[in-house]
This record gives sequence, C-alpha cells and structure tokens, in this order.
Amino acid sequence: MSEHGMKPIWYFVGLILLVIGVLILLTGIYQLFNPPETKTVLGETHPDIWWGALMSLFGLGMFLKTRKTST
Amino acid sequence: MQAIGLSFIDWVIIAIYFGFVLGIGLYLRRYTLSHNDFFLAGRKNSSWVAGLAFLSANLGALELLGMTGNTFKYGMYVAHFYWIGAIPAMLFLGIYMMPFYYSSKINSVPGYLKLRFDERTRVLNGIAFAIMTLLVSGINLYAMALVLHTFLGWNWDLSMWASAITVAVYVSMSGLMSAIFTEIVQFFLIWFGLFLVSILGVMEFGSLGAIIARINEFSSQVSFTTLWSTSSDPMKNGMVVHWGGIVLGLGFVLSFGYWTTDFLVVQRAFSAKDLRAARMTPILASFFKMALPFLVILAGLIAIALSSDPHSGFKLLQDGGQTNYDSALPLLIARYYPAGLVGLGVTALLAGFMAGQAGNVSAFNTVWTYDIYKSVLNKNASDAHLLWMGRVSTIVGVILSLVTAYWAKSFPSIMDYMQAIFSWVNAPLFATMLLGMFFWWITPAGAFWGLISGMLSSFFLYLAVKFHWFSESIITLSSAQSDMAANFWRAWWAWLICAVVTLLISLVSKRRPKEELVGLVKGLTEENYDKHLPFVKRPEFYALISLAVLVLLNIIFW
Repeated sequence: MSEHGMKPIWYFVGLILLVIGVLILLTGIYQLFNPPETKTVLGETHPDIWWGALMSLFGLGMFLKTRKTST
Repeated sequence: MQAIGLSFIDWVIIAIYFGFVLGIGLYLRRYTLSHNDFFLAGRKNSSWVAGLAFLSANLGALELLGMTGNTFKYGMYVAHFYWIGAIPAMLFLGIYMMPFYYSSKINSVPGYLKLRFDERTRVLNGIAFAIMTLLVSGINLYAMALVLHTFLGWNWDLSMWASAITVAVYVSMSGLMSAIFTEIVQFFLIWFGLFLVSILGVMEFGSLGAIIARINEFSSQVSFTTLWSTSSDPMKNGMVVHWGGIVLGLGFVLSFGYWTTDFLVVQRAFSAKDLRAARMTPILASFFKMALPFLVILAGLIAIALSSDPHSGFKLLQDGGQTNYDSALPLLIARYYPAGLVGLGVTALLAGFMAGQAGNVSAFNTVWTYDIYKSVLNKNASDAHLLWMGRVSTIVGVILSLVTAYWAKSFPSIMDYMQAIFSWVNAPLFATMLLGMFFWWITPAGAFWGLISGMLSSFFLYLAVKFHWFSESIITLSSAQSDMAANFWRAWWAWLICAVVTLLISLVSKRRPKEELVGLVKGLTEENYDKHLPFVKRPEFYALISLAVLVLLNIIFW
C-alpha cells in the first residue's frame, strides 16, 4: 500500500459521528422551542438533545485525536 | 403499511451518509496500487480495525431486523446466536486456527484447502462459496429494498439500484480496504443509531427487571426470558428446542462452521498486520459480539412487553394475515425517535445493508479472482491483471446480485433458503477444516469426497423435510420442533456425514507426506506464537477473559 499519509479509519468515524451528531443536536434544540405536532413516546425527555450531544462529543474526541495522524 | 415518516433533516442525514461512503472509496483509491492492497487491504490493519470489521461483516441490517423479530417470536433463546453460538468459535479461530491460516500467506479460505489437500477441493469450495455469496448478497439486496419499501414507502427498484451502484462504485475503487472502512463506520452508526431504542425502552418500563416481569406475566407457560433453565423440555421454551440442538447444532456446527471457515468474516483477519494482530482479531470481536444482545435482543423483549399491553398502542404489522416480525425494530424507532434521530436510525439500517453487501462482494471478488479465475482459467495472470480482474468481478458480482435479488422478488419464499445455504456450504466445510488442520493423515481424496457428501446430504435433508419425504422428528430427535430447531439439527447431521466419510476414505486412500504439511497441520508445525510476550499481552489471556464473561452472562440469564 502507498505510504502517502493515509488517514486512519478513526478519523472518518469521528467526522461522520460529529457531523450527524451536531445535526441531531441542533434539530433537538430547534424542536425544544418549536415542538412538533407529532409526539413520540418519552419525547418530553428530548433524546435528540442529549443523544445528539453525546454523539457529537464522541465524534469530536475521535476526530481531534486522529486529525494529525496518518498510517 | 408505511411505519416511519421522514422529515427534511432525516433525508439530509441519509444523503450525508451516501456522500460519505462514496467519498471514502474515492479517497482510498489512491492508496490501492497493487492486488495485495485491493484483496487484502495491504495486510497492515491493527487488531482493532480488523476485529471491528470482522464483527461488522456479520452485522448486516438483515441480521438486526431479523434477530429483533426472532426475539419477538422465540424469546431470549435468540441470544444463543450471540453467545454460545459465536464466542467459543471465535476464540477457537483466534487461538488454534488463525496461525495456520495466516502463516501460510493465503489469500482466501479455499486457498488453504489447496495447500492442505489439492486443487479440486479448493475449486469445489471456491465455486460453492462464490454461489453462496452471490445468493446471500442478492437476498440481502432484496430484503433491503423490501424493508425500505414496506417501512418507508420508498420505490422498490430505486432503493435497490441506488444502494447496489453505491456499493459497486466504492468497492471497485479500493476493494477490501473500502469495505472494511465502511463496515467500521457502520458499526458505530448501528450502536449510536439503534442502542437508543433499548435505552428508551428501559426508561419507559422503569428497568430491565420490569420488562422481564411483564413478559413472564403475559406468558407463564412458555419461557421467553431465560437461556437454559427451560431447555430440557422443548415445550417450555419459545424456540421449542432441546439443549442438545443448541449445543451440537448451533454451538458447535453452525457456529464453528460460520465463524471459522466463512471467508466473508475470516478475510478481515487476513488483513491484519502480523500474526498476533490476526489472532487478536476474532478475540477482540468476541467482546463486541457479546454486547450485541443488549441492542438486538433487548429491543425484541421490549417489543414483546409492549405488545402484551393493549394500552401501549404497539402492534406488529400484518402481511396477508401473518405477523411481520421484522417490523419490530422499525416500529420501535417510529415509537421513540423524533425527527433527526429517525434519520440516524434509518441510516444505521441502510449502513448495515450496504456494508453487508460490500462484505459479500469483496469476498466474492477475492475467491473468484484467486480460487477460480487464476486457479483454473488463467494461471499465469500478472499482478496488474489480477487487480483489474478484482475490479471487474466486483461490478459483475453486484450485477449478479441484482439478478438474484429480482429472482428472490419473484419467489418470496427464497428467504427460507438462507439458512439452508449456510448449512449446505459451511457446516460440512468445518468438518473438512477441523480434520485437515488437526490430523495429518486426512487425505485429499477423503477431504474432497467428504465435502461433497456433506454438501449433498445437507441439501437432501432440506428437501426431504420441505417436501415431507420423511418426518422432521427423525432429524430433530423430538416430536416438538421449530424451523430454527430443524436448522440446528440439519447442520449437525451434515457435519457428521462429512466427517465420517472423510475419515473412512482417508483410511484407504493415499496420504500426503508429512514434510509437505509443515505449517498447515497441528503437530507438524512449531507452535511458539507470542511466547516471547508476557502472559497478559498474549491472545490466550484475552480469550480467557472473554470466556469468563461468556460464562457469567449465561449464569446471569440462565
């Protein structure tokens, strides 16, 4: 395999979790102030906010840790 | 019929995923310069990368939907697929079999059969594996389109072609490496996308104990919440199976047959950077495999508990008067997930389908190129030509999968054949591998005819039961049985027939000299793997921990 500094898989995992996590978090915050018409079970616990935040943090950690590394 | 509605943000998340996997394929293409890069990902992966890919290659959406649905149908006994039906085999592969596979520098499992036995056994297994892979790949594609059509209302043809083209593009660009990358991305998306279902389900009931209590209250005669305590009487467990069927059929033959010989998963370990990493691959994967019931089985139990409460508003879909068990997981997503999270859940399922498809195609292109094309059709093919052939066979493999998928669409009962296909190829192959790796006097003739006998007998038993040539109880040794119990027992008989024929023919046919089998057979090979390492860094140490966790889980949920 070529040795031109290929990014490790963890970089890509971090990136996609961060992007999708932020989107879910922002959607959750928007829906906090603009509640949707269709309610989901346990929707009052706002899983999109805390799960989106957790996903973003996990993704951010992986992304930052591997940002400057290459295999 | 449509269960889940998608909002704009859900579509955005799905589009990001598609763009992302295509981008990964494009990015990796520049690092795919040789046939070794394409077929074995350059043999430079860590045990973590190879281990997660090893597990994820098996973690398709078909499995996620199917096992959640099976839990609804059979109860907690489905956890046996993740524990006794996987972990011992994975540890056995890492500790005992991987040194022979990895050290012989083969490109595929059929490649080992050539070194150990002869060319005809390799070609026989290569062809059987290629056919099996294409059938499974096509059925996977068909199932994905069916799920997307049923639950999301998507166009059947469009969803199938879009996914197939995406897989063809990124696998043909960089082969196994892009398949491994997307499998690992899929692993994380599945956990983040679907584990929340279990968390919210437990939150709704208050605790795991409350879920189990609700199910036991609903079904007091047959247990849906235990693993072993009702296994001595098939009538007392949801799977209607005796512990003998679980141990011999699932725990031994089906499990070892799949996890130690199916090239789809073993190929991921071949991509490891050294022998220790290759041995650690299935051992590390075993820890994640043991955790999966907390995602899949728990979701199924939540679905049972909700269904038992008429006020919950939860009811599985009905297709033509029959319960659609596969609807359990999508309906739970619809119940708990608001906009955004729905997109994540659907993306997790899509990622599972596409990674499963990519896994099948990458295994097919390797076996086709090395074990059929180079072995039979073009023995002098150059490395550059093999790389080209790998890319072409990827595209051809996807096209053939599409053909199989349309065939499956016209014969919906084709789904029934899935388990039969596995027991046709994998169960007898495990007998051949086990005997060949551990007994030097097993002969090429014994292996070849044993393999043919096992494959044919498995096929015959399937047809015999299907068309009522004789009673199913002759196979299952019990008057009470389920389809799943019959699958377990049929695999056991196929393995036994293959083993007996192999042993008998080996007693009377020509043996290979011992010196030709060094490095391929236990007892003729020096075994000092990782002996220079302290015990806590050896694969054996981690295998013992994995085994201890397995025992503990079985005791807790006994």
